[in-house]
Amino acid sequence: MIGVLSELSYWQVTSIRVAAGLGAVLLVAGTLVYVHLFKMVSFMQSRLGPMEAGPYGSLQLMAEIGKFLQKEDIVPRRADRFVFKAAPFVVLASTFLLLVVLPGGPDAWFISNDLGIYLAMAVGSISVIGILMAGWGSASKYSLLGGLRATGQLIAYELPLLLAVVGVVIQAQSMNLQEIVLVQANGEIFGWGGVGNPFIVTQFVGFLIFMVAMQAELTQTPFDMPVAESELVTGYMTEYSGLRFLLFFIGEFATAGVFSAIAAVLFLGGWYVPGLDPTDNLFNVIGPLVLIGKVVLLSFLIFWIRFTFPRFREDQLQRLAWKFLVPLALGNIVVTAVFKVAF
Amino acid sequence: MTVTERQQLSYIAAQAADARVNLEIETEGMTLNIGPQHPATHGTLRIVAKLDGEQVVSAEPVMGYMHRGYEKLAEVRTYPQVTTLINRIDWLGSFANEVPFILAAEQLMEVEAPPRAQWIRTILFELSRIANITLFLGDMAVQVGAITPVFFAFRDREHVLNQIEAVTGGRFHPNFDRIGGLKDDLPAGWIDETRQALRKIRSFCDQIEELVEGNEIFQARTRGIGVIPAEVGLSYGLTGANIRASGVDWDLRRDNPCGLVYDQVDWKVWTHPDGDSFARFWVRLQETREATKIVDQLLDGIPAGPIMAKVPVIIKVPPGEACVETENPLGMMGYYVVSKGDLFPFRVKIRSASFSNVSITPWLLKGVYVPDIITILGSLYFILGDIDR
Repeated sequence: MIGVLSELSYWQVTSIRVAAGLGAVLLVAGTLVYVHLFKMVSFMQSRLGPMEAGPYGSLQLMAEIGKFLQKEDIVPRRADRFVFKAAPFVVLASTFLLLVVLPGGPDAWFISNDLGIYLAMAVGSISVIGILMAGWGSASKYSLLGGLRATGQLIAYELPLLLAVVGVVIQAQSMNLQEIVLVQANGEIFGWGGVGNPFIVTQFVGFLIFMVAMQAELTQTPFDMPVAESELVTGYMTEYSGLRFLLFFIGEFATAGVFSAIAAVLFLGGWYVPGLDPTDNLFNVIGPLVLIGKVVLLSFLIFWIRFTFPRFREDQLQRLAWKFLVPLALGNIVVTAVFKVAF
Repeated sequence: MTVTERQQLSYIAAQAADARVNLEIETEGMTLNIGPQHPATHGTLRIVAKLDGEQVVSAEPVMGYMHRGYEKLAEVRTYPQVTTLINRIDWLGSFANEVPFILAAEQLMEVEAPPRAQWIRTILFELSRIANITLFLGDMAVQVGAITPVFFAFRDREHVLNQIEAVTGGRFHPNFDRIGGLKDDLPAGWIDETRQALRKIRSFCDQIEELVEGNEIFQARTRGIGVIPAEVGLSYGLTGANIRASGVDWDLRRDNPCGLVYDQVDWKVWTHPDGDSFARFWVRLQETREATKIVDQLLDGIPAGPIMAKVPVIIKVPPGEACVETENPLGMMGYYVVSKGDLFPFRVKIRSASFSNVSITPWLLKGVYVPDIITILGSLYFILGDIDR
């Protein structure tokens, strides 16, 4: 892709990148909404889910979007108008920025950055600001409680998320996500290179910590106190309607998709499938699809857990983060470092 | 300096000290209105909670948003018409609302329903208990954040509602009980279908046991939350599973069956010593199982005979007073009926369980966190129609 793009002019490259970015976020979000929220959960709950719009309800999301677009955009009278209106865009911006560093194939990526995962973790935290803006700007007590809860929770779970990544970085000896994929593709498990060396094997503890912390980052059950619909109505989203609610809704699923993609890159080998040469040009085409497949797999776990478990209380959640996940992640780093030096 | 002056001065000094502390740590209370339109209050209960951060300083339930004046309306309805009203008190277990009123009217008229009617009454009474508590078992999981169990609850409650509908013609508001018996007999094949429905309910109970009760997060959220000591519960007039969960072995079905045939079957009253939210959930789960066993045994031995005693067509109840209390799904429900020998009752006092069960909330919610408000309200299990009437 780099080779092709270098012959085009700047505006052409930029429009291709914007289109690809929008497509990557919205298509993945749409897929996750349909496959998981509409269908998988419905089957778990002994119902069919949407069946009328399109074949097996596959166009239901379009209908929903149409509905949300028609709704009135209500701003509460005492709300901080600018902050209230800007908040969903800040949340969504964090999702798009996360996407920038993700590789979809040997040449199919947006930017090659040697600090890739570092950048991803940094821009991933921007959503906290958006959520706090929404909670504060709504001038609603439920929103405020939700926003404060979200902030405390996201700060607590950034740490184990980051520490879980450190193990992978030590093993791959790179923070570039493309490098991490290639190390996994070319790696060997005890001299056998049949499936490469996906880091889920050696970094299994790190993978578990990453998945738990990710669940909390995405504020999905059992860590969904910020939205807690039985307590806080919908937390920081309570006062939103119409398009802005839709942006939060898309942001939730798009972020789930992008975070799953990061997990797939870090632990499942990203766009690589075993048995093929990782430098093959074919991967520029099937790589994104393979990545989406792994994303659907990982987000299946997220939504399975979301719709099965009850939610923690705020103090229990903090205790889990600081007293269990952080020490475990630190231990994981120590063990990984020792093994890296020893072998 | 007199004593009172010194007291005044020390009071002023204490206030100044408080003000200093408040200046140092700027904290401000927040009043949170939970309800009347809130997803957790299933209906229109409003709770005014004064919060300090996420901790409740005081909480006051405000009721009356759903007051429908049934006690007054009952005074201008004939006795058979009253059942239509009181069906709507606890709308999830409606048949159970009719029974105590009808029993009170029967006491006044000195008629007794034939044995067959008594057995079918008891069966329907227990079926409405199952239909009611099944929903609680799913709803409690929703209150602590798991949304799937409630779909299972709605799915399996349907089997019981179908059976109630097959007999009475109404899913929620049967209006089936009559003074001196029942409106109709059982339809053909009903007994076997009911047994199947009960099997499904039992497997639903197993499912809930694995999915909700055994879940570590659920236990962490409910164990030790909202503990009601037995004497406090009794002093607030808690009844039903709420008081049995505090270790009080009190069940009107066993202690005073008055007209229902609970003494004919072998069953057990479940209690739990802890008195917390988990205990209330656990007791209700066991009670649902126990109710299926009661119905199973009753289905075996329904006596033959008429379902209606000899009752005049136009019912005029002789003067007198009667008070009948039964163990309804939500707790003790009582009707105090005063008759002046008219077509209409002179006065009907309805004692419903949820009113007392909710009255404990100011005591119970003091000092808990916001998420626990919802857990506690869910575990107390009230129905708004039962609070406000």
